[in-house]
Amino acid sequence: MTFLASPWAPLVGGALIGLSALMLFNIHGKIAGISGIVGRLFERAALDKSWRLVFLAGLLIPGIFIAALAPQAFAITPAPLSLAITAGVLVGFGTTIANGCTSGHGVCGIARLRKRSIVATLVFMTTGVISTFITHQLIGGF
Amino acid sequence: MFALLSYLFAGALFGGGLILSGMVNPNRVIAFLDITGDWDPSLALVMVGAIAVFGLGRFATRALEKPLAAPAFATPAEETIDRRLILGSALFGVGWGIAGFCPGPALVSIVTFDGKVLAFAAAMIMTIAATRSWDERRRTRAN
Repeated sequence: MTFLASPWAPLVGGALIGLSALMLFNIHGKIAGISGIVGRLFERAALDKSWRLVFLAGLLIPGIFIAALAPQAFAITPAPLSLAITAGVLVGFGTTIANGCTSGHGVCGIARLRKRSIVATLVFMTTGVISTFITHQLIGGF
Repeated sequence: MFALLSYLFAGALFGGGLILSGMVNPNRVIAFLDITGDWDPSLALVMVGAIAVFGLGRFATRALEKPLAAPAFATPAEETIDRRLILGSALFGVGWGIAGFCPGPALVSIVTFDGKVLAFAAAMIMTIAATRSWDERRRTRAN
């Protein structure tokens, strides 16, 4: 667990995410944005659904092993149930209308120097900081 | 077959990266966003690592005219900075700060079968589905 607690873990983990995004783009021409990959599954007109399901299945595989071998890598959200559900709705709605989340805008978009993604990332980082301050500092206690 | 395996492998790399990076730990995500409290800036390195590998990798392979297994690179659907982008990103950030989960880590964390994680993920997926189909109907009507 010492490695997980060191700054190397976020850096190496991030590098793996970047490598995955690079593979998707250079092999298939696709953007590794999780909210978009999930979202298109629900569009009737979208024809390319099988790769999305396969990618998402792959996404879950390491977790199945880690949850069994080193469950401490995961943690439960400190938000109470009602707030967790509210947050899920906000994340789902927000990423859908903004066409991207931390991966699509924050990683792929910024790396490609897209203005839209830079703006989106600055906005969600800012409101993330504000909402953390309000829910976990001002209200807190959960 | 190669194509499907490459998607499976890319997904596993992504999922493994999210776990290793600490993004699946909402307490760490909240500590990263909590700049006025006991701030833990280390998760910024996730973005640094990911952007560096994707960005430098793309730079190194910039001569590639088309993807190895597809006719063309995806081109972004929209380029304008509009109200949807700003409002959507703002709401996403609020939810992210409350629960400490963004979409990828929330999906990966389903394997814990924790009640609150499942509730967050279910609410997120149902909202994505509803918003997508509402949006699709709206666009079809407009055309």
